[in-house]
Amino acid sequence: MKILVCISHVPDTTSKINFMDGDTKFDTNGVQFVINPNDEFGLTRAMWFKEKQGATVTVVNVGGAQTEPTLRKALAIGADAAIRVNTLATDGFSVAKQLANVVKDGGYDLVIAGRESIDYNGCMVPGMLAGLTGANFINNCIALEVDGTAAKATREIDGGKETVSTSLPLVIGGQKGLVNESDLRIPNMRGIMMARKKPLTVVEAVDANAETTSVSFEKPAPKGAVTLVSPDNLDELVNLLHNEAKVI
Amino acid sequence: MTPHRISPSPSGKLDGANYMSILVYTESEQGKFKKTAFEVASYAKAVASQLGTTVTAIAINVNDTSALGNYGVDKVLNVKNIELEKFNANAFASVIKQAAEKEGTKVVIISSSADSKYLAPLLAVGLNAGYASNVVEVPSSSSPFTVKRTAFTNKAFENTQINTDVKIVGVSNNSHGLVENSGSASAEDFSPSIPELKVKVESVDKATDKVTIADAEIVVSGGRGLKGPENWGMIEELADVLGAATACSKPVSDLGWRPHSEHVGQTGKPVASNLYIAIGISGAIQHLAGINASKVKVVINTDPEAPFFKAADYGVVGDAFQVVPELIEKLKAFKAEQ
Ligand SMILES: Cc1cc2nc3c(=O)[nH]c(=O)nc-3n(C[C@H](O)[C@H](O)[C@H](O)COP(=O)(O)OP(=O)(O)OC[C@H]3O[C@@H](n4cnc5c(N)ncnc54)[C@H](O)[C@@H]3O)c2cc1C
Ligand SMILES: Nc1ncnc2c1ncn2[C@@H]1O[C@H](COP(=O)(O)O)[C@@H](O)[C@H]1O
Repeated sequence: MKILVCISHVPDTTSKINFMDGDTKFDTNGVQFVINPNDEFGLTRAMWFKEKQGATVTVVNVGGAQTEPTLRKALAIGADAAIRVNTLATDGFSVAKQLANVVKDGGYDLVIAGRESIDYNGCMVPGMLAGLTGANFINNCIALEVDGTAAKATREIDGGKETVSTSLPLVIGGQKGLVNESDLRIPNMRGIMMARKKPLTVVEAVDANAETTSVSFEKPAPKGAVTLVSPDNLDELVNLLHNEAKVI
Repeated sequence: MTPHRISPSPSGKLDGANYMSILVYTESEQGKFKKTAFEVASYAKAVASQLGTTVTAIAINVNDTSALGNYGVDKVLNVKNIELEKFNANAFASVIKQAAEKEGTKVVIISSSADSKYLAPLLAVGLNAGYASNVVEVPSSSSPFTVKRTAFTNKAFENTQINTDVKIVGVSNNSHGLVENSGSASAEDFSPSIPELKVKVESVDKATDKVTIADAEIVVSGGRGLKGPENWGMIEELADVLGAATACSKPVSDLGWRPHSEHVGQTGKPVASNLYIAIGISGAIQHLAGINASKVKVVINTDPEAPFFKAADYGVVGDAFQVVPELIEKLKAFKAEQ
């Protein structure tokens, strides 16, 4: 089985988010970048397929040269090869278009992407990729087994979960549950050394029009001070929630 | 920051004339509309008013669609088909696409439910439409078509322009609310073709008697400060009194005290409720990012320095094991008076 894991290169979850150039650009100054958390769960599940079922695992990112350390980290975790599509990611659709081209060239059976990136939060790249390549698609995927060309998965739904069956080629939008938090791997020295020798191929982008354009950013209005209520006066809390906040 | 207004097109008038009816997908469950259906209908009505056009809803296997008239829908396309009894993203996307094409729709409105977010990118590819998710306001401009959406997991908003002829807007839960609009909706049967179902649902495991985090107006959430799973009785009772959903912080689900499906925050479920009550939760940045879209936040924590107090509207510095049982009694008394 040939697996492609889509890796989004995102600011670390603790990052302060600031903008520059008249609030039109994300300010990356002092920001640490990491593998998108949902993608890390997917990558770790891919390692399981590699170790238990002999799958080969390629990781891919659509982005500039600055994303290469993130791809190298994925190689150090255990991916066999990496591809970077050399263009800046502007919108979900154009990224999906680039990825569709990589999928067609590489003949991948299974594409593991994340349910959502924590920077753009589009929730659109995996579904669009499935739509563009004609593969089956399972979103909010929290468990996945593959046997030959048959796949069985669990999907989180509002208020519960459902199990589904389908077949390869398949794209999933994965999240925690694919593996547990405790299964995530921190690259060791040997992994990091080996990653240096693994192929990281840069491919040129194909033509893809962005369907959406980011015009500007805003930060939420600063929060007013908290109203403290004494634990001995909880009637007051009920009163405030009812009469002032009007939420009960 | 660039100001965005509801601006006329360069020709000086709202270019509503170019807009055929807006299509809104109104979700249902077991033959009845979900609350989000009325919210997206209300939103669609607001957009239709801006553009000077009407609202058409598409409803799949809903017994009685008349309620949509109260939220500004003019016409309902009724699809009844047992093949669509269980949700299937590809089939539902195909049905909505056929409805959009039949109506000549330029703007499709959907919710932010897990199902809608699942079908939206497939629909976008099918219609060659640009899609903006997590949209929190009506468009600030119709030409170029510009919407405000959350990005960076609620740490910021992004103003996004959709450049394609057909546009899909995913409305963030609870961002618009329900807006009543006295009117009545005409109904029309619609029988689209159904593609072969390639992803088959084998089994569904869902608590039908519980409010889900996605639909809840109130969410009661517990953190590591509650010490162990045996102490969740009072959390569930508080949720019960308020008709709320229960949620938890990430370590609580990682420790197996509560199911993963209750984990909220940046790497868990997003919460956009009217009221979020955090009990024994410190307020780490990743937790806050996921729940910040909630309108009113209450924190109960022994540590006055806990970061959650900076993000909350109301706070009680106190021991959850004393405060929560007492709060339950006060709320029961309050509910009894109502
Ligand atoms: C990549 C990444 C992603 C993450 N994503 C998420 C996420 O999505 N969601 C999330 O929640 N976390 C997430 N985290 C974890 C986050 O950083 C925090 O560790 C976590 O939110 C802390 O959970 P907590 O508040 O329950 O526990 P703690 O931080 O241990 O806080 C417990 C609180 O309980 C209070 N307390 C103790 N006893 C009592 C009592 N008797 N009564 C009242 N209060 C009491 C304490 O004062 C303390 O403030 C993420 C972390 C990383 C690195
Ligand atoms: N620039 C990118 N390169 C590779 N994969 C990406 C990129 N952007 C998004 N993805 C994948 O698509 C998923 C969902 O992203 P999004 O649609 O932005 O929420 C991510 O978790 C990644 O797996």
